[in-house]
Amino acid sequence: MPINYYIFLSIALFTIGIVGVLTRRNAIIIFMCIELMLNAVNVLLVAFSKMHHVAAYALDASTTAGTEAQLFVFFIMVVAAAEVTVGLAIIVMMYRNIHSVDINFLNRLKH
Amino acid sequence: MPVAELLFWFLTGLSLFGALMVVFSKNPVHSVLWLIVVFFAISGHYILMNAQFLAIVNLIVYAGAIMVLFLFVIMLMNMNTESEPQKNRWLRLAAIVSGGSLLLILVSALKDNKGSINGVNDLEGGIGLIQNLGKVLFTDYVIPFEISSVLFLSAMVGAVILGKKESANIKS
Repeated sequence: MPINYYIFLSIALFTIGIVGVLTRRNAIIIFMCIELMLNAVNVLLVAFSKMHHVAAYALDASTTAGTEAQLFVFFIMVVAAAEVTVGLAIIVMMYRNIHSVDINFLNRLKH
Repeated sequence: MPVAELLFWFLTGLSLFGALMVVFSKNPVHSVLWLIVVFFAISGHYILMNAQFLAIVNLIVYAGAIMVLFLFVIMLMNMNTESEPQKNRWLRLAAIVSGGSLLLILVSALKDNKGSINGVNDLEGGIGLIQNLGKVLFTDYVIPFEISSVLFLSAMVGAVILGKKESANIKS
């Protein structure tokens, strides 16, 4: 597969995530669309890592080029897990206070 | 058509369809289930690119832990199709048009690049295996690894404090 196909797949996933964030009003769905965008970026990073590795492998069969990108993806997943716990706690707190997860009720933060 | 190419197209179609269903399904529980489908398809892509450690971490962390958390919260709030807030039709149209034009611009900007001559999912080289990744993670990247443990601890404390009942706050 050429790298272009992975780039286009990643762009499509990212755009679907953006459309989801813009069209939905349910806070949890918006959160899930953010996860979708993070995963689109992860796919792109892994594809570029593999591309870099294949190019370096042709010169030197014992190379480990491209490892850093995969570790980057690993750290993105770690940070995403921490983000999800805090974000869901905030959404639960918001639901407890205003009995809704509609983000339009949050346009005034002082209430 | 070789089997890897067939698998690539199948997984791409599955992930895009799943992503569309996440956005457009009315019931939030269905959205979560479709998002799990998307994560499985993305893990398949990782396996095709021989990044096996990331594939299994994606399944365990995302599909296993995070999505269960989402599902628990949705069921805790007892959300369904009736309680789903509806948005203004013009606003929705504007959002779809702007997202589509972003897609158009990105694709038209990148469609002419030559890319690499090499295929991305040739199975040569084992950088995605846990042996190589673990070695680099615990030698070169050990400080970010330890810092991420502090991040997890603070996230856990923050989630507990945010999730506590309000009455306990008033007393203190």
